[in-house]
Amino acid sequence: MKSSRLHSPWTPWLFLAPFLLSFGAFIAWPAVRSLMLAFEQTYGPKTTAFVGTANLRFLVHDPFLWTAVGNTIVFTLAAVVLQIPAALGLALLLNRSDLRGRRFFRLVFFSPSIVGLAFVAIMFSFMLEKRTGLINASLHHLFPAWNPDFPWLDRYVMPSLILAQLWLSAGFYMVYFLAALQNVPGELLDAAHIDGAGAWQRFWHVTLPEIRPVLNIILLLVVTGSFQLFDLPYLLYNDTAGSGPDNHALTVVTYLFQTGFRSGDLGYASAIGWMLTLVLVGFALIQRRLARAEES
Amino acid sequence: MSTPDHRPLLRPSTLVIYVLLVCFGLLTLLPFLWMICASLKSKQDFYTSQFLPPGDGLFGVAWDHLSLAQFVRLFRELPVPRAMLNSVFLASVGSLLATFFCAAGGYALAKFKFPGRELLTTLILGTVVLPGALLLSPRFETLYHLHLVDHYLGIFLPAVAPAFGLYLFRQAMVNSVPNDILESARIDGCGEVRIFFTIVLPLIRPMISAYLIIAFIALWNDFITPQIILQSPELQPLPVAIFELKGLYAADYNLIMAGTLVSIAPVMFLFLLLQREFISGLTSGAVKG
Repeated sequence: MKSSRLHSPWTPWLFLAPFLLSFGAFIAWPAVRSLMLAFEQTYGPKTTAFVGTANLRFLVHDPFLWTAVGNTIVFTLAAVVLQIPAALGLALLLNRSDLRGRRFFRLVFFSPSIVGLAFVAIMFSFMLEKRTGLINASLHHLFPAWNPDFPWLDRYVMPSLILAQLWLSAGFYMVYFLAALQNVPGELLDAAHIDGAGAWQRFWHVTLPEIRPVLNIILLLVVTGSFQLFDLPYLLYNDTAGSGPDNHALTVVTYLFQTGFRSGDLGYASAIGWMLTLVLVGFALIQRRLARAEES
Repeated sequence: MSTPDHRPLLRPSTLVIYVLLVCFGLLTLLPFLWMICASLKSKQDFYTSQFLPPGDGLFGVAWDHLSLAQFVRLFRELPVPRAMLNSVFLASVGSLLATFFCAAGGYALAKFKFPGRELLTTLILGTVVLPGALLLSPRFETLYHLHLVDHYLGIFLPAVAPAFGLYLFRQAMVNSVPNDILESARIDGCGEVRIFFTIVLPLIRPMISAYLIIAFIALWNDFITPQIILQSPELQPLPVAIFELKGLYAADYNLIMAGTLVSIAPVMFLFLLLQREFISGLTSGAVKG
């Protein structure tokens, strides 16, 4: 490249310096440090001992961790099955250039994404309450057979979390689908229509293959995001540090946070975190390979 | 590319679409409406009515039962004004710094060739897979050694180097800053810093405004970081302050709902103003075009 001779070799580093200083101190170093910690056991803030793979071996037999893994998987499956179709459905409804109020509806559906998780937790803790909560009261109003004392937060922990997350993120992913749908060539849909394809066939054979790359990205975002579910259960069940009744709200990251910040065992917390990282990277690699195989 | 001539293709009755949109729209907005009503009602009315209390006023609503008393209480008796100032300060300074750092870093990665560039880019972007919670305690350790715990710098310094932001700016530089302009500016003897400020930044203005609002909202809503890093109650921003208020006044539904509304309203307003930039910024990473 010719341009490289016109500037000093230090120029790019000058521009990168502020970012790299912060990145190095607060992302790269903590990452390295946590990797070291994963092979240590910490007793309080000062004392640590190298324990080799003891943390990893303990992890395999830790019943709390497996409870957390189970809850996290249930939440993730529900997120994939509910959020993605809901988001795509909303986007399909809005994807018509002649629709009046299209920008208004897009705004409405997206608006929950602006609300911080602390506020979502406060809202849903009131909304899911027995009798006075919006959800039980409305359901009882619409279907008198519905029990107004339905114990959402006490007994139906996962459905409560899934519901809150669905309200929060359907509109968020909708925006991505909408952007992808607007790039589907109209000529392709026209041609399919002329060939006699119905609305469903056009969606299945024309639209879906065209938006496939975005669908893959969203699947990746939903799965990796759901696997890291933490703030919402932590705040909604703050009195039990995020565990919820009978540990039904305990997720992998909540457990990580509890072991690190409550019990002070940073070593074990780091081991959990790195196992989670490996699982997420593994999922991302498998998904990318599958997506590539599909394309070719 | 949505041409008007493929409109007749998708013609399931338009009415059905509108009915569905209105239903889903109501489902989305109902929690907000419910909260607004609850924040204006007395506690007695909260137990007896779902939305507005029934009475003999206009539309059968007891308008005289509604009051702004809880909002007055928030701002007169409780430390909410201070928390709001803290939030405004944290989110605005933090988002300005993050935008500037990411723009400069993204420029370097996109528009310069230097040894180690590919490796550095991969390393930085690779960190997005790390769960945030994994880094919390080692980061706290570092901040502790730097004496930055319970200090706003302890929030700013880690918040200004988000890998996602760097990625967005790198993309924006590749797409909208032509190499020829940079080269001719250099031939004309223009300094590197001047090139960045007077040529590069104006070219990526849409990404700057998009990222400013993305970072502002993310910082405004962050709960865990300030809760861990800041210990003095008077330094806490709104999410922590309102959440603590809920612990203290759990039975005062109307007060807590008013506090939540007051905390959501500023970012909602900002989003309404800049929604196009915000959404295009978010989707530019995933969708081309």
